Amino acid sequence: MEKIKKLSKYQGFWPTVIFIAILLINGIISGGTFFDIKIVDAHLYGRLIDILRNGSKLMLLATGMTFVLATGGTDISVGSVMAISGAIACSIVDGRILPGAGQSVQAAILLAILGGVVCGAWNGFLVSKVKIQPIVATMILMVAGRGIAQLITDGKIVTVNSDAYYFINGGYILGLPFPLFIVLFAVALAILFTKKTAFGLFLESTGCNPVASHFAGINVNRVKWLVYTFCGAMAAVAGLIESAGIKGADCNNAGLFMELDAILAVAIGGTSLNGGRFSVPASLAGALIIQSITTSVYAMGVAPEITSVVKAVIVICICLFQSVEFKEKMRKRFSAHKPERMAKTA
Amino acid sequence: MSEQVKSQKKFHIKNISLLVTSLLFIGLFSVGAAAYPKFLSLSTFCNLLNDGSYLIIASIGITFVLLTGGIDISISSTIAFTCVFSAFLLRTGVPAGVVIPLVLLIGLLFGALMGFMINAYRLQPFIVTLAGQFFMRGLCAVISTESIPITDDFYKKMALTKLSFLGAKIYFYVFIAAAVLIAAMFTLKFTRFGRTVYAVGGNEQSASLMGLPVGRTKVTVYAISGFCAALAGVVFSFYTLAGYSLQNVGMEMDAISSAVIGGTLLTGGVGTVIGTTVGVMIQGVIQTIVTYQNLNTWWTKVFSAALLCLFIVIQRMLAGRSEKRKDIRGKVEKAA
Amino acid sequence: MSSENMLIQMTHISKSFPGVAALDDVPLELKSGEIHALLGENGAGKSTLIKILTGVEERDGGSILLEGAPIFPKSPQDAQRLGISTVYQEVNLCPNLSVAENIYIGREPKKRGSIDWKKINRDSRALLDRFSLDIDVTKNLDSYSVAVQQMVAIARAVDISAKVLILDEPTSSLSSVEVEKLFEVMNMLKAQGMGILFVTHFLDQVYAVSDTITVLRNGRYVGTYATKELPRTQLVGKMLGKEYAELDLSSEKEELIGGERERLLEMKQACGPGTISNIDLNIYKGEVLGISGLLGSGRSEIVRLIFGIDRLEQGEMKLNGEKLAGKGPLPAIRRGVAFCPENRKTEGIIGELSIRENIILALQAKRGMLKAISRAQAERIADKYIKMLEIKTPSQDQRAKNLSGGNQQKVILARWLATDPQLLMLDEPTRGIDVGTKAEIQKIIVGLAERGMTVVFISSEIDEMLRCCSRMIVLRDRKKVGELSGKEIAESAVMSLIAGGVKNGEDKEAV
Repeated sequence: MEKIKKLSKYQGFWPTVIFIAILLINGIISGGTFFDIKIVDAHLYGRLIDILRNGSKLMLLATGMTFVLATGGTDISVGSVMAISGAIACSIVDGRILPGAGQSVQAAILLAILGGVVCGAWNGFLVSKVKIQPIVATMILMVAGRGIAQLITDGKIVTVNSDAYYFINGGYILGLPFPLFIVLFAVALAILFTKKTAFGLFLESTGCNPVASHFAGINVNRVKWLVYTFCGAMAAVAGLIESAGIKGADCNNAGLFMELDAILAVAIGGTSLNGGRFSVPASLAGALIIQSITTSVYAMGVAPEITSVVKAVIVICICLFQSVEFKEKMRKRFSAHKPERMAKTA
Repeated sequence: MSEQVKSQKKFHIKNISLLVTSLLFIGLFSVGAAAYPKFLSLSTFCNLLNDGSYLIIASIGITFVLLTGGIDISISSTIAFTCVFSAFLLRTGVPAGVVIPLVLLIGLLFGALMGFMINAYRLQPFIVTLAGQFFMRGLCAVISTESIPITDDFYKKMALTKLSFLGAKIYFYVFIAAAVLIAAMFTLKFTRFGRTVYAVGGNEQSASLMGLPVGRTKVTVYAISGFCAALAGVVFSFYTLAGYSLQNVGMEMDAISSAVIGGTLLTGGVGTVIGTTVGVMIQGVIQTIVTYQNLNTWWTKVFSAALLCLFIVIQRMLAGRSEKRKDIRGKVEKAA
Repeated sequence: MSSENMLIQMTHISKSFPGVAALDDVPLELKSGEIHALLGENGAGKSTLIKILTGVEERDGGSILLEGAPIFPKSPQDAQRLGISTVYQEVNLCPNLSVAENIYIGREPKKRGSIDWKKINRDSRALLDRFSLDIDVTKNLDSYSVAVQQMVAIARAVDISAKVLILDEPTSSLSSVEVEKLFEVMNMLKAQGMGILFVTHFLDQVYAVSDTITVLRNGRYVGTYATKELPRTQLVGKMLGKEYAELDLSSEKEELIGGERERLLEMKQACGPGTISNIDLNIYKGEVLGISGLLGSGRSEIVRLIFGIDRLEQGEMKLNGEKLAGKGPLPAIRRGVAFCPENRKTEGIIGELSIRENIILALQAKRGMLKAISRAQAERIADKYIKMLEIKTPSQDQRAKNLSGGNQQKVILARWLATDPQLLMLDEPTRGIDVGTKAEIQKIIVGLAERGMTVVFISSEIDEMLRCCSRMIVLRDRKKVGELSGKEIAESAVMSLIAGGVKNGEDKEAV
């Protein structure tokens, strides 16, 4: 009991519990078939495996978005960055651009991630130096990004035939899908950087109180720049996984509308949308929750479009729970107490 | 004893920016005309109006929100929803006379709901309207994931009614846009509500201390934005005679771009709807040039984003300079 | 005291916020045709009293009579309708609207349903004429200087309600010529029968224009006096809680022997952005320098300039002979400067972080992002300072926002001590703290000084400065007006300097 109490202090505790609960519900409804795992050719297959594989993109986006939201900002360009990254990678593998690279998959991956880094740095520049509000700054790239992706692919839908490229999404290591390892690697990197350097501390400090952080000597602008750059990099990797999955680059649909999913995942994970304390593992749990809901809905034959509506409502509910004014008004309505004159905050 | 107090020379963003925007429009139009002989014609200009009228209406709506310092990124999905829902209802036989007022009302109420949550619970506008966008898009897809054609007679009449002269055509819905523009200009200049919009954007705390109805105003501008988005959707459905859940993706940036290029400050308090309209025309010219050049239409979005970025940066630089001047006026210690 | 002229009668006004009693049984009376100054230091309750009168806050207890009738304003609109208008320290108008519109917004005259701009422009020109202000009313408000903007705000206030005018620190951004102009207007309004409540901390101005003075201190009423009959030093004494006659505390610190003094920091003709002007200052190694003066005199600005928060407009600063960049706190921190800001809630404590994280924050910033302080090391450092400063908390992991004000202040002090600074600057470190913790913090500062740290200490409470300072400079109205060392530092001397008298205690009128 003591141990559970200790665990419950972690931000990721409840999201993980909810995730497991959803899995269990699924299992019960499906009569146990939900948990079936087949082994074919030394590869694991099954619903659970699907959740992990398909959720990898969202987990990567959620990792990057966690940092951005922790500063009190937002990044709605992640979908477009995914498109750009897919476009870059496929165009290189196809030989359409940089033929000198010899259609090397490694070069493609590297340059795609570099593209994401540049996009993120651009967003970070607009937010920290030019001081544009994050929603507008990232909106610019959100819209222009797909255009840029189109320009890279010259307006065509590029398809690639490389098995090595396909491995990014469809490959298996130790029986488990390769994207899972990508996620583990990226998340490990993120957590390492957060804990082993002072970055995590500076980030939380900036999110909680940027003025006091400035007075304490923290370079608030640099922190903001870093988080947007990292978010761009994560989006680029997610874009590679998606593009590898369809063996091509679809500039119009890559990552479409994934930004709300990412924000929602972080919010479910308990990070406040106003900035401050954050937890990457909790956001991952949030991402898995969303993924498992999507998968279950799909399995149940319900129209997947309705998930958008549900997600929107959930985000608003979370915002309301985080709003001080809302909690005050609910408290006033539901507690019968003498009409106290409350101090209006000027 | 009268004193002459000279006002200091200051860069009046208000007056200069409308001039800049108009010059930009004329400049771009001339570039097009210089490159293509067919460009310089009345019909090109009229087509700008035809193609742009839905965007003019939506951009005018979002200008109200931007003037108070807020933001609304749900308008593209409201437009899409309006089209899809209208098409759906028309297909099941509901008459246009019922459909049109209904969708306008839905747009108005949805906007008011978002405005209420933003104001009463101090939620951030970007997240509420982002959720609103996904809510509406989701509803669109729930109704139908495929394009629904509109065959209603009234709509068809609206789509074809036009004024032809001198080889050019102006469609009826352009006049709807004109009416919206005139109504908006009057509201912003000659009604107390309109002036309160500017006041709230200029300094919300001052407006409140001066006794102005800040909360009510903030809710109303979101309602106006929702209404205009719905009206833009109606016009768009006249224009395309269809409803498709994935239409107008990213269109909110076009609207915000038009407003910013037209001289609206994202921080609020400054801007005009006539400037926004010219901003829409500028985007239209860019699109036309891109088409003439046979370029990928995505170039339009890229140029538009680049212009938006440029204008924001300029706005920021000017704001930075005037803030420094204010610093010299006097930084005062606040009493506890 | 004729009651026929009585405009406002506030009696037994009380107001408290969670944890703080802002006002306790405070009265205030304002007559028509009177300019009444309201004075008090930080935390005195002036702004709360004004907010209650103008409807921004609601009072907890007491009553307000306006011309004999009880009122209970619930909003600024309410107060306006009753005839009470306020002009605030920061001109609360809309800079993006025209002058005429600012005057009439919310009550624009209409013609056939739409706003009558011609009338607005005409009427506002006429209104401003009464104030001897001849400007183009169609231009935006922010194309004019703050003085003009303030005049517009006053014109609006007077036009809306001609009974009571409250001016809340109106002169902070004005030049002396503009202040004269303001006084002309105030006297004109007074002659017209308005009652004016004038909140300020500039004593010269109080003596130049007011008829009556009310002093508040720590939320309590001290007294109301006729201006002509209250000498300056007595006024300062009442504001700070000391009677002139009682003063006998003098510094216990010996002055450092001259000649051996090594200069740590030098400031020459320093001017800040709209703040201090032409300050010359030297800080010597190992001394404790007190900076004294009333609120608004420029005390915090000096240390903010040294720390790099504000940019130096003119003049220069040198630390150990080398120029101080003054571009942000980090370079200063790296050179061994530390600063505990006045406003610990917004500029000091990071509420959601733990005590340990708050303590090592500046040290970590100094080391840079990549060289993280290990958990073990951080725990050790936090432990050390929790013990040294006797911070009362069950554990290091407690969120800083859960601590009392006094303990929060100790945490911030710990943060800066952990950086092992050469120069430690403390701005009102004991403000808003209970008596017991106050004494503890003062002891800590004395201890640091004895161990040779160079400290700059700013406080409104002179007796606590006397306990630790070996030298003191006094500021008034953003200029340095005096410097005292060693045995010279006596409460009486300091107060005279603040008040504006000569060192030997003679009272002088405003020059």
